[in-house]
Amino acid sequence: MTDCFIYDAVRTPRGKGRKKDGALADATPLHLARTVLEALPERARFESKEIEDVIFGCVEPVGEQGANVGRMAALMAGYDEAVPGLQLNRFCSSGLEAVNIGAAKVKAGDADLIVAGGVESMSRISMGASGGAWSADPELAWSTSFVPQGISADLIATKYGHSRSDVDSFAVESQRRAAAAWEHRYFDESIVAVKDAIGVTMLDCDEHMRPGTTLADLAQLQPSFEMMGRNFGFDAVAIQKHPDVEQIKHVHHAGNSSGIVDGAAAVLLGSREAGRRLGLQPRARIVRSVTVGTEPCIMLTGPAPASKKALAKAGMQASDIDLWEINEAFASVCLLFMEEMGIDHSATNVNGGAIAFGHPLGATGAMLIGTLLDELERKDLGTGLVSLCVGAGMGTSTIIERV
Amino acid sequence: MAIIDYRVEDGVAILTWNDQDRPMNVLSGDALAELGTGVERAVADDAVKGIILTSGKPGIFVAGGDLQQIEQLGSGAIDPAALLERTSAVLDQLRRMETCGKPVVAALNGVTLGGGYEIALACHRRILVNERHALVGLPEAGLGLMPGAGGTQRLPRLIGVQGALGLIMRGAQLAAQEALSKGLVDELVEPEELIPAAKKWIHEVGTATQPWDDKRYDVPGGGSGSVTFAQTMMGSNAMTHANTYGNMPSQKAILQSVYEGLGLPMDRAGKVETRQFIRVLRDPTARSMLRTLFFSLQACQKGARRPKDVPRFDVKKVGVLGAGLMGQGIAHVSAKAGIDVVLVDRDLASAQRGKDMVAKTLDRRLQKARTTPERVEAILGRIHPTEDYDDLKGCDVVVEAVFEDRDLKAKVTRAADERLGDEAIFASNTSGLPITELAKASSRPRSFIGLHFFSPVERMQMVEIVVGDETSQETLAKAWDYILQIKKAGIVVNDSPGFYTSRVFGTFISEGNHLLVEGVKPSLIENAANAAGMPMPPLGISDQVGLGTMYRVAKQAEKDARAAGKSWEPSPAQAIIASLIEDHDRWGAHPPPKEDGTPRVPGGFYDYDEGAKQLWPELGSAMSRWIEPTGEQPDPVVLRRRYLFVQCLEAVRCLEEGVITDVRDGDVGVIMAVGFPAFTGGPFTYIDNYGVAAFVRDAEALSTQYGERFEPPRILRQMAADGRTFYGV
Repeated sequence: MTDCFIYDAVRTPRGKGRKKDGALADATPLHLARTVLEALPERARFESKEIEDVIFGCVEPVGEQGANVGRMAALMAGYDEAVPGLQLNRFCSSGLEAVNIGAAKVKAGDADLIVAGGVESMSRISMGASGGAWSADPELAWSTSFVPQGISADLIATKYGHSRSDVDSFAVESQRRAAAAWEHRYFDESIVAVKDAIGVTMLDCDEHMRPGTTLADLAQLQPSFEMMGRNFGFDAVAIQKHPDVEQIKHVHHAGNSSGIVDGAAAVLLGSREAGRRLGLQPRARIVRSVTVGTEPCIMLTGPAPASKKALAKAGMQASDIDLWEINEAFASVCLLFMEEMGIDHSATNVNGGAIAFGHPLGATGAMLIGTLLDELERKDLGTGLVSLCVGAGMGTSTIIERV
Repeated sequence: MAIIDYRVEDGVAILTWNDQDRPMNVLSGDALAELGTGVERAVADDAVKGIILTSGKPGIFVAGGDLQQIEQLGSGAIDPAALLERTSAVLDQLRRMETCGKPVVAALNGVTLGGGYEIALACHRRILVNERHALVGLPEAGLGLMPGAGGTQRLPRLIGVQGALGLIMRGAQLAAQEALSKGLVDELVEPEELIPAAKKWIHEVGTATQPWDDKRYDVPGGGSGSVTFAQTMMGSNAMTHANTYGNMPSQKAILQSVYEGLGLPMDRAGKVETRQFIRVLRDPTARSMLRTLFFSLQACQKGARRPKDVPRFDVKKVGVLGAGLMGQGIAHVSAKAGIDVVLVDRDLASAQRGKDMVAKTLDRRLQKARTTPERVEAILGRIHPTEDYDDLKGCDVVVEAVFEDRDLKAKVTRAADERLGDEAIFASNTSGLPITELAKASSRPRSFIGLHFFSPVERMQMVEIVVGDETSQETLAKAWDYILQIKKAGIVVNDSPGFYTSRVFGTFISEGNHLLVEGVKPSLIENAANAAGMPMPPLGISDQVGLGTMYRVAKQAEKDARAAGKSWEPSPAQAIIASLIEDHDRWGAHPPPKEDGTPRVPGGFYDYDEGAKQLWPELGSAMSRWIEPTGEQPDPVVLRRRYLFVQCLEAVRCLEEGVITDVRDGDVGVIMAVGFPAFTGGPFTYIDNYGVAAFVRDAEALSTQYGERFEPPRILRQMAADGRTFYGV
């Protein structure tokens, strides 16, 4: 089997996902995707026709980002018409799953050079726009005890004893780390500014961050999912599935959950041979990647089982990993992940995460690969693991190793 | 035609449904066939411009489907494919009616429920008489059934999904005005205007197409592709799942039917509904609920088990001894039924306080516009508070509802006895003291009976009629006449400590205590009981009933044991309750005041704070002496089974001991009186549906693991060996 290497990884800055004032709300999702797709051949100086597939994650693949945004983005970016495109949806880990599937094609020898990434314009295509049967079809909703993700996150906090102050402290730290990373310009090499049709910069810095956020600030915020949970039966459904819980303590709010943002990311993957041919320098190797399914009502507990399985398949242990990235969908997800993996916050999300930056659903997984790789290089460390919790009870993890 | 009469007037065919063989019109295959024939005849007659469908039964259009037929259908083996074909024929006929090309008006002269309303939905216009009795709706869900003649498809298309689901899921029956405002009918008229208004519409408007057959039609509020529909489904799924604990197949089937059918053309949508309807019929829940909560309950409401040869006893005056919670309720429902009430307590002030509480209850009803000032005045006018036992003279029935103390009961019994005529009966509302014992205080034990009412008396329909050793058949008949007069339903039980319903219910509370002692997490104890279908969990109930009551029972047992020279060791559960009271001053949700009269803070197994409650966090640590150390928490499924099994087994023991003599009474009694889960159809039906042999096998396994209370009684083993069931052979 061939090894698969990461040759490059770029991302747009993340704009607030709000039509009224988000800096990227007047950029179409295809424009965001084009921004990162154009950057890759440009930075490494190769012809786009060398690329054998564009695999893009997208969680609400309807409207402007519907109908196979992978192919549309490749065409929009002016890639050679010989370059095909694919859109996939693994919910929140779509961007990482794109990398994993791309890597699998390379490892299998079916492709030599792949662009994998993702895009989500949450300001233009709102969460839930693609509908779906899970919550609506009684057969499925009842048998799986469907509840919205926020309720699941609060259920995790209740079940595993994360207090409001625990989750808020985690969020404050995320903001602090994010601000520090930007202050030290750690992301400069990987961020591609988004420019408009006349070349004027729309955004060149993550827009969602709130540097200087304190515990006292967060204490002001009302729980986001309490009303929904109590008044629409979701708390009761979750408790029926987890009857050891007496009542759900609603601790999550806008300040300790991932932000709603716009953004795109792309990762250049290839075999050693392709890199040699095009004169590219490999930055890291994809060691192992795994996606698992878990109990769908509590929904967001997949990262630890996925990571353990990936480590086992790689013949590694948690102690073999130098740096961790766990998507900050909700603070309790990260706290549980660190507890279950037996790892320390000091080696996890060292430059902040989605609580500060935001979580452009389909793109985040690919963004995290880049963030992790940059930091491994900056600190000259060897191995890292990226993990995301995934809707409907799944988790995806990928281990990388610098070469 | 035998069921539907056909005549033509003013260019309109009038089909009058009047089933000579039944007291009411019900939707049946025969009736539909005649309806079809009538429609075809009208279509073929060029002189006929439109069709009016009405009824010849005064005050009733069509009352629904044939429940007897549905119950029988559900009880036998069902061939789904054959049934699908048969039921589809019904839908096809209604579909033919709404697409026949001539306008069809439903002229609804009264009650239009279930299948009756589904026929009306397949008409092009619904005109209803503006009368009080004219109820309209789809009540099937109330009996664990669902509409099966297009109701789940046409009503959402007519008034929107959210409104329709709300009505169908709760089995709503709407009065005329509400039916009009919600869009279930198009027009209200006075009775004499019904046929003229229908004719007028045919001649002046005469639309012969349903809105949903129009190409530009969209479901009001949003159709199957809309965001509102998705949100409505999401909310309805969660709410219904939460409220039913997944125990009511019909509720899910209604949702499924609307979800899958809404986007389809009507011809195909009907089949989606039919599939779900058959699914509901094949599950034991619907036929079990139907049998117990319709047929068996009806028998209890009609006094089917009243001794036949005793002449009817007309109760004009009732004495109620004790103006506490139960006494107030009994006085209230008696006065409401037009009976004069003498409400006696130890002093006039106490008696008056009792009456004041009735006034307060009535006032709440008045606030909600559920009664009128005139009716309130009339009810209160019939209640005479007094301290004088002489006022009991002339009472036909006296109900004793004093404190559960044998000496006190004996005293009031003797005081009343002296003043009563020979025809009068005396009833004790004791919740568990043996009637035969209490009757010993009476000079006329043959006229002494138990009438065990449940709280709150105004709302609880069931009364346990307890027959003592001496109680005469005549007294039993009179007791029946009284409870039927006050619109209660009764079951007859024989004397035994705790009678029937309390005995069964007691095992449920006690099982909760066993779990607590075994070290099961209190939240799991409570949630598993809810999931089993119990209206309140055991620790929560204990708090509501008051821990003091249980504490006193245990103390009394201790006193009795010591008096008899036996040793006494409290069970761990008794020790926990004693400790809650003695060491922590926790008496439950409604604690009695302290000795010095200052109020106690509510608190027992739970903490209470302004309407919110939470399990007492220290319960486990404070009671650790009596709680076994646990490893893993048990599977909630096993807990659910334990809750249901322990009650079913006690019910069977009551049958074996002759406390109850009829499984129908046994099934209805505990559902109506103490909240045994209705979806089961009652403990005996539950065992039948579980399979007697399987039940015995699983009870034995529970017995081995958790104690002898799960040991199957002899009759149950015998039934399993003989392959018999409670309702079958």
